[in-house]
Amino acid sequence: MKYILVLILGVLVGATVFAAGVAYNPFLSKQNLSPLAVTEAQTVSLSFSGVATDSIIYTNDGESTDKPFPETVLQLWERPIRQTQAMATTLRDGRNQVAGLGIKFSSASEDTALLSGRALVNSVWYAYLPGRGGIFIEQTENYWDYFKEVVIPGYRSSAKTWAGTWLGNTTVGPETLGTAKVSGGTGEFAGIEMLGVESLSVRAWRVDGGVLAADGRLTIELPPNETAVDNELQEDRAEPQL
Amino acid sequence: MIKTFFFGIILGIAVAAGALYALPVVDQHREASIISVAPNGGSAEVFNINIPTDRIMVGGSKQSPLPAGLVWPQDEMFGSINAELFKVRNAHNSVIGVAARTSAREGESIVLDWVIHIPARGSMYVNMNPVADEYGYRSGEIRAGSRELASISGVVTERWVADTSGEADAPTGHLELATIYISTLESDE
Repeated sequence: MKYILVLILGVLVGATVFAAGVAYNPFLSKQNLSPLAVTEAQTVSLSFSGVATDSIIYTNDGESTDKPFPETVLQLWERPIRQTQAMATTLRDGRNQVAGLGIKFSSASEDTALLSGRALVNSVWYAYLPGRGGIFIEQTENYWDYFKEVVIPGYRSSAKTWAGTWLGNTTVGPETLGTAKVSGGTGEFAGIEMLGVESLSVRAWRVDGGVLAADGRLTIELPPNETAVDNELQEDRAEPQL
Repeated sequence: MIKTFFFGIILGIAVAAGALYALPVVDQHREASIISVAPNGGSAEVFNINIPTDRIMVGGSKQSPLPAGLVWPQDEMFGSINAELFKVRNAHNSVIGVAARTSAREGESIVLDWVIHIPARGSMYVNMNPVADEYGYRSGEIRAGSRELASISGVVTERWVADTSGEADAPTGHLELATIYISTLESDE
């Protein structure tokens, strides 16, 4: 009996050591540099708040850390959509002026592999920019670094809160160089294919309530023959990119 | 005893690694796709949206907002935009995804776009003709897609179907989105 208890204790210690090893694996490097940071083409920058209560609407299964907003919104509790989030938000341009409406759907990806540092989310954006047109963005996002550097420290904190500055690109695909595929649908974007990157800047996170202070940004690279038409939303090239 | 403890540690590491490797961290529930062969080629699939039960959001400067407490932006940029979010059902009335329908006036014309997101399969982006035909159908083209739906093209029709069941708890009707997919082969070049 004594040996069995010792064995069980050993198994628990081993599992804990393994979990810590996975969470703090130094060989899973962080991707800091946006592939679009070195582009010669002009880019469109659209920013949005990363806080659920700053959005027009945000909903999920109702049991996740981030709570649905407004509280009365329909929740996504059915099995096929239980791991899905939907958000509608205001998009702002590089001068912080309202640029249009953004709708994001994101779902946990079955390609998630924690052993290799991939906490993947499949997401799509629909952005409608009045006077300019609509675009569709499809991407795979990796939130591993976010979990490792924000969520886990938040859980470990005695106050169950994380505060600091976390900056990262969440887009890792599906296009080569880890960029999102952007399809223009209407207006001046009609028929053109572009690349994009989504980034997130988090300043505060809490176990009970999720993100407290954060900003997101969509950076979209315009194709060379389209750069001339962009006068309103182009990225301020003096501003450093992620 | 110390050997047993160390053996337990190794066993714990092996079991944890094996479990993390073998067991799926994410397993999206997938309803069987209900697809039929279209008479003129391609494959057909129908999505339904029950109104009002599947409405997640209604937003627009001239619309009553849904849900209660929703504040639609008052910026003039949003003056011509109407947006709705829905749950999407398959032909068997099971919820399989979510969708967004956005319309906006651009001068004399109206832009009408759909985005349908099915977590287990992918998403598609549809540019719709805002003018319905004499039978009440609006039609549009699949402009882009993701994952399983990335390599398809096709057409989508939208129409309102009023409920005629007469049941007390029945929805007032449903939006029917009928799609005809045409797969496009990847180039070998």
